[in-house]
Amino acid sequence: MKIDWSAIGSVFGVSLVFTVGLVVLFTLGIRGLTRREQAAAQGDSAALAVTGAYVCFAACAAAVAYGIFLIVSKN
Amino acid sequence: MESFSLILAIVVVTALAFDFTNGFHDTANAMATTISTGALKPKIAVAMSAGLNLVGAFLSVEVANTISKGLVDEKGIRPEVIFAALVGAILWNLVTWLVGLPSSSSHALMGGLIGATVASAGLGAVHGDVLVTKVLLPAVAAPIVAGLAAMIATRLSYGVDSRTGDRAESEASRKGYRVGQIASAGLVSLAHGTNDAQKTMGIITLALIAGGAIAPGSNPPTWVILSAGLAIALGTYIGGWRIIRTMGTGLTDLEPRQGFAAQTSAATAILASSHLGFSLSTTHVVSGAVMGTGVGRKGGVVRWSTATRMLVAWILTLPAAALVGAGAESVTDLGDWGTGVVAVFLVASSAAIWKMSRREVVDHTNVVEETEVPAGVVTTAIAAVAPPPSGTISEDLTATIPAPAGTETTAAAASVAPPATTV
Repeated sequence: MKIDWSAIGSVFGVSLVFTVGLVVLFTLGIRGLTRREQAAAQGDSAALAVTGAYVCFAACAAAVAYGIFLIVSKN
Repeated sequence: MESFSLILAIVVVTALAFDFTNGFHDTANAMATTISTGALKPKIAVAMSAGLNLVGAFLSVEVANTISKGLVDEKGIRPEVIFAALVGAILWNLVTWLVGLPSSSSHALMGGLIGATVASAGLGAVHGDVLVTKVLLPAVAAPIVAGLAAMIATRLSYGVDSRTGDRAESEASRKGYRVGQIASAGLVSLAHGTNDAQKTMGIITLALIAGGAIAPGSNPPTWVILSAGLAIALGTYIGGWRIIRTMGTGLTDLEPRQGFAAQTSAATAILASSHLGFSLSTTHVVSGAVMGTGVGRKGGVVRWSTATRMLVAWILTLPAAALVGAGAESVTDLGDWGTGVVAVFLVASSAAIWKMSRREVVDHTNVVEETEVPAGVVTTAIAAVAPPPSGTISEDLTATIPAPAGTETTAAAASVAPPATTV
């Protein structure tokens, strides 16, 4: 019997990196939006934070799209 | 058109019944955290999950092919064997649902299949190495992978916020994590559809091959894909509220951010594993992720007693389903009347389990309510549902209307049937 350790290893690595990466990106995005809320409350603008937030969300959306692509292309 | 024997028709119907139990058993995987954090209303959550499951069922037939071509020797398998396997899987799914424990439907199915095959053709017909590499190893790896990823992600996510100062849950963050959670839960549902609906397709295809209706090595016919997709979607929509409650509130108390981290970890692990050809059980992945995120938050508590109960259920799944499958197979071996006995037994015990579940109703109205899980009742699983908390029932009058007379009689039959067939 042959146990495919490399497959297990790569599932492990990929899951870990992607999950942590995505969650942190998303957290940063939300931080950016929170900044805007605070800035708006004080009458400032927070263009940089907001731009950063949208970049983060776009990356997350891309990851989701890639996920759907993986599901669909599994033929 | 295929020619159909009666036994083949029975197998197809039973397989769809299994698919249905699979659906409501596994709704929890995608939607438990979404419901418990309040990101979606329970009914909307299960409807969304059902729709995505249906879509997922049409996306590919790869998993179906692994089942119908991989685990057991398809030569020498008779439709009765598959029927016996399904009986084992359905009953185990119903029992674990009754006690509210998430357990892998795939393990139940494979257990049933292995038990029935061994009873019919001997140990040699099961591919032992496939069993270890495709079933046992993933079962151990899944919760560890998803749990670790969820734990680290949760820790970092809270860390980012505490470093930059403000931890106050702003409007943006409440809304944001809600959206994120819904998206990742949707991915899990979709992946579940492509995996689990296909297991049933695989089984039906296997039965059709075994019954000689289609050629060995065929892909599932369209009507099989369609009916399997519908059965799992319907099951999902009905919702296994008991399991959702265990998964969503029984293991740990989740904040929206944790729900998001857990669901993201689960979606990633499921996609990565199925893409890399090392399939993990959705149930194991999600449970692991929920526990991981519980550990990851400072001050988070994981209720290990519930986790232990779950673990025991996981370990028991394969052998229990195998035992029932083997028992059912030896009875069907006695002839056509034996198959009839098993069919009656299946219907009767399903009805009995459903009847027992009405003693303490869990549905979308009380799914996120805090309830004390009785401790240390793994062995006397049935006892866990016996004492109904009075609060639950009085709040939910409509659902406790006595069962229609028809069910009463079937349930009565159930008390007679088991002794006859548990040989």
